[in-house]
Amino acid sequence: MFWFGFLGNTHIPHRKNTAGMAAEKIAPPGEVLLPMSQHIGAPATPIVKVGDEVKVGQKIAEASGYVSSPIYASVSGKVSKIESYLRPDGRTVPAIRIVSDGEMTLSDDITPPEVNDLESLVRAVRESGLVGLGGAGFPTAVKLEGVKKAKIDTVIINGAECEPYITSDTRTMLEESDLIKEGIDTLKKYLPDVRSFIFGIEKNKPECIKKLKELFALDEAVRVATLPSLYPQGGEKVIIYNTTMRVVPEGKLPSDVGCIVMNVTSLAFMAKYLKTGIPLVERSITVDGSAIKNPKNLVAPIGTPIRALIEAVGGLTEEGGKVIFGGPMMGQAACSLDEPITKTTGAITALSIKESTEPPVTDCIHCGRCVEACPVFLNPTVFSHALGLEGKDERVARLEEAKLGLCMECGCCSYVCPANRPLVQNNRIGKAEIREYKAHLIELAKAKEGR
Amino acid sequence: MNEQLIITTSPHFKHPTTTQRIMLDVLIALSPAVIASVIIHGWYALVMIAVTTLFAVGSEFIFNICVKKTQTISDLSSAVTGVLLALNLPTSTEIWQCAVGAIFAIVVVKCLFGGIGKNFANPAITARVLMLLAFAEVAGGQLGGNPFVEGSHADLIAGATPLVNIDKLSPEMFFKVTPSIPEMLLGLRAGAIGEGCIVALVLGGIYLIVRRVIKWEVPVAFIGTVYLLSWLITGNALLALYYILSGGLFIGAIFMATDYSTTPLNRLGKLVFAIGAGLLTVLIRFFGNYPEGVSFAILIMNILSPYIEKLCAKRPFGGAKNEK
Ligand code: SF4
Ligand code: SF4
Repeated sequence: MFWFGFLGNTHIPHRKNTAGMAAEKIAPPGEVLLPMSQHIGAPATPIVKVGDEVKVGQKIAEASGYVSSPIYASVSGKVSKIESYLRPDGRTVPAIRIVSDGEMTLSDDITPPEVNDLESLVRAVRESGLVGLGGAGFPTAVKLEGVKKAKIDTVIINGAECEPYITSDTRTMLEESDLIKEGIDTLKKYLPDVRSFIFGIEKNKPECIKKLKELFALDEAVRVATLPSLYPQGGEKVIIYNTTMRVVPEGKLPSDVGCIVMNVTSLAFMAKYLKTGIPLVERSITVDGSAIKNPKNLVAPIGTPIRALIEAVGGLTEEGGKVIFGGPMMGQAACSLDEPITKTTGAITALSIKESTEPPVTDCIHCGRCVEACPVFLNPTVFSHALGLEGKDERVARLEEAKLGLCMECGCCSYVCPANRPLVQNNRIGKAEIREYKAHLIELAKAKEGR
Repeated sequence: MNEQLIITTSPHFKHPTTTQRIMLDVLIALSPAVIASVIIHGWYALVMIAVTTLFAVGSEFIFNICVKKTQTISDLSSAVTGVLLALNLPTSTEIWQCAVGAIFAIVVVKCLFGGIGKNFANPAITARVLMLLAFAEVAGGQLGGNPFVEGSHADLIAGATPLVNIDKLSPEMFFKVTPSIPEMLLGLRAGAIGEGCIVALVLGGIYLIVRRVIKWEVPVAFIGTVYLLSWLITGNALLALYYILSGGLFIGAIFMATDYSTTPLNRLGKLVFAIGAGLLTVLIRFFGNYPEGVSFAILIMNILSPYIEKLCAKRPFGGAKNEK
């Protein structure tokens, strides 16, 4: 089966107001809250107690499994509480609260890791606490380790940054190009099978494209691919296809088609960590949106409450709108300004009341816009229809037949729908239903065996 | 700071296009044809349009009240149906017939199937076809002794719609008695009030394409298919031009074959729909005993639309085959 042209078909506003603004470090916040789950996989296990003194970069929680990631203190101070934190996605996880002493004293344990082969690189990356900084939060070490199991010949560096407002990757590409180069050199050294490194960058960032092209002008193995400014270029399957023409089949991983996708800021961080040994304790973050007075790029300790960031950019123009972790297309709305940023928060977007208020949901007019917008050629109306069917078996069968599993929840369908149907929202409900159904089947099978 | 935040799930951005805006665009696109119909066919045309629109919107309003549904008339889709219906009727249609047609279109064809997006047949076309069958005045399609028409430009126009002439005359004779091509483009001919003025219809079509309300390939493929096949059958390129300019082909191809509810969702499906409708139009015109095939062709394709939609769906990206 052939597909022509690029995947991705939806024009969304860019609003990259902060693309020209270098990131500013914020003053240390009074306290930080570090949830134990800031990544995909098992939550980390706290290894500090209430009352412990901690320093910046000191490990406070251990990775608790293969797919997991350790967490480090992002300020120096005292552990004041270990509480439970309700994540915006509805899961509750333990979280460590640290009251800052305002000193930001670096931990004494910090030493650059020793890396001399793939094994030690993976170990170092695991220890660094690095997870996909683009928002996915998949532990980078696990990705790198995939090299052992599958033949990887291509590393794709994701610099698409396709969400409106967000420019933290843009700034990385402009300001930390040396680190990017070092990162590529490291990967080259320890992943000898990889023959090409491809940067995927949306064409609305010509400065980044130019900069990287210059940087790697003499390097045959590195290619800078210009992606169209059509959302969602940063989606993993989308960027793989648009840079390599490879199709990740249903139920498979990028490594099955010989690819690893890494966010560009993750790459730069990896290089920095190998040099300094300072684990992931801060990140760059874009604070923008229609309700932000002076949009800025900031560098803030992980765990900083949203409130501190918003204060750092001069406050809101209007209260009572929406505040989003990430960008407006895929980000999650925060319940309160006290919620902390995590490793995967690349932006805080605050929207005005007007932009936060959705138009009413009306009947589907069968216009086909959602079908045309879907980057992976699904028909979102089918899922919504299937959810209305009687009988769980039927519902699940219909959802699976229409390939709900391929939906990457990019939100294009809901974005374009003139009737404001909750399409991606329904898809999430559908996915949950399938999960539940499968879990139920497994339980039934177990019960049968037991008898 | 105010702690009350609005919480919803992503996406938090919305494209500004709404159903209402789309229908408003269609109404805007229809306005040249409306103006042309009044210039060519006189004030009675405006009366017809007003009546069908009023009754279309009114019957949806009353229907919604009766079944206790949230009011939907503000989406303007029933107004579109009303205007379209009138444009598809000749001035010989009585006022009460216009009203009956509009009520039928909205209540029976649209609302009883669940309202916007759920009807399988185009309301305006279905009502028109029914009226053709039921009312001799409509079927005649002639400018009759209607009091409103007197003194209007329509008086200048030679009797029948060209399609009727084509059947009866040799090509040479035909060109003598029918309007010239420029007259055809301007709509100086008999027939339904809105179907004649090609210039006005194309203007509206271009507007809809620019506004991304319709896909350009639908009218192009529909009209193109009719043209090519007519040329093939008659062997006369000029005559084929008459075939596409007469009857309700342009209004059908631009405004009816692009209706959302009654055509496939996917782009390929829309194209197949258009080509199929063109094919059927030609078959009905040349081999059926009815001179005007567009409405019937679209209706038949409406019925096939769900199947076309299924067959033309793209395979999900990377999706494995479903084992059956
Ligand atoms: S959210 Fe899912 S169904 Fe909707 S456009 Fe994205 S991938 Fe397609
Ligand atoms: S975009 Fe909305 S109105 Fe159009 S077909 Fe999809 S769900 Fe229906």
